[in-house]
Amino acid sequence: MKLKNNIAVSESGFVFDPNSGDSFSMNPVGAEILNLLKQEKDFDNIHDTMTKKYDVPPGEFDKYFLDFIQTLKQFNLMENDD
Amino acid sequence: MNKPKVTLAVTGLNNTDNPGPGVPVIRSVRESEAFDLTVIGLAYETLEPGIYMHNIVDKVYQVPYPSEGSGDLIKRLEYIQEREKIDVLIPNFDAELYTFMKSSARLAEMGIKTFLPTIEQFEERHKSELPAFGKKHGVNVPKSKSILKHSDIEKIRDDFEYPVMVKGKFYDAYLAYNKEQVRMYYNKISAKWGLPVIIQEFIKGTEVNVVALGDGKGNTIGAVPMRKQYITDKGKAWGGITLDNKEMLDLTHKIISSTNWRGGMELELIKTNKNELYIIEINPRIPAWVYLAVGAGQNLPEAMVRLALGETVKPFDKYQIGRMFVRYSYDLLIDLKDFEKLSTTGKL
Repeated sequence: MKLKNNIAVSESGFVFDPNSGDSFSMNPVGAEILNLLKQEKDFDNIHDTMTKKYDVPPGEFDKYFLDFIQTLKQFNLMENDD
Repeated sequence: MNKPKVTLAVTGLNNTDNPGPGVPVIRSVRESEAFDLTVIGLAYETLEPGIYMHNIVDKVYQVPYPSEGSGDLIKRLEYIQEREKIDVLIPNFDAELYTFMKSSARLAEMGIKTFLPTIEQFEERHKSELPAFGKKHGVNVPKSKSILKHSDIEKIRDDFEYPVMVKGKFYDAYLAYNKEQVRMYYNKISAKWGLPVIIQEFIKGTEVNVVALGDGKGNTIGAVPMRKQYITDKGKAWGGITLDNKEMLDLTHKIISSTNWRGGMELELIKTNKNELYIIEINPRIPAWVYLAVGAGQNLPEAMVRLALGETVKPFDKYQIGRMFVRYSYDLLIDLKDFEKLSTTGKL
């Protein structure tokens, strides 16, 4: 679960993939998670950070988080797992 | 320090919705601090917008189309050369390049330097020759076939799955889903650009491009990859962004090194979902979006002028990633006197 090295994430939530030229806009929570991924935080660390900060049941966070990671993979923003 | 005086002649002043590269090429060289520059525009038509951009061209001469015979064009250039002492000529149309390459020795005798591909380099990268080019240089190209007559359209099914691309030898490309559409595009393209018409396998993916300059000895002087972000109905880039894509640069270096490419080049590529790169066209000239490369840190037109003048040019080793451009249209007001002068005297 690693974000590609060269993906740029700005404070405003603008994400740029310099390899494909694609760009995306994240909402503030998405940008926060992406920044944690960029810092190479693992799932447990991100889970703890987000569930402590926001009022979200842990099981629900996991579900949305995995959906989010799937979306990032679909847009080729994640390194291959293998 | 005194800058050397350089007189540069440029064609392709048709800065329309299907733009020639002339105006961006001039704009790029004008930004160079290396020369004391005079620009002579060479125009085929009286309403090429660049003619009337007085901050772009210093003078303009109308020239005959190469299709009217290279003799007339050379004669006209001799006339212009007596008056303007052109140092370097950058032709920008695919359709005129052959004439200028064939005449480069005569141009050199006149004192006009060019930096063009050789006839062999020009010929082997023709759309109709792409399969052989791919095989020779070990690069991916779509399956292509030249067709010369209507009856060949019936046989497309033997070699290709629909849809297919139908392309003119110089310009124009259409996606056709059946033989009726191929027939329609065949008629349209052959009436405009002549034969052959090229049928090309349709490769699904994202279109990406590279502008590059080869020194003729196998070295890449510069290369900038770009993705079109907004494409017009003519398939032209209306907006684009520079990419950080090692595979595209490696492919460019490989082609330039393997062909000893001399001059400007635009690679048109398709990147598939599997990240494979297919070459769909190699244009033997600087593209109209070259100013993006200049803005990203590689003034390739300036480097080309310096190579033409016989200077040694150090290859660029970087460019700004994520640099963008967007085109715009602009209504240029023209004095009737200017139009009259060009129309009647062939000079402005």
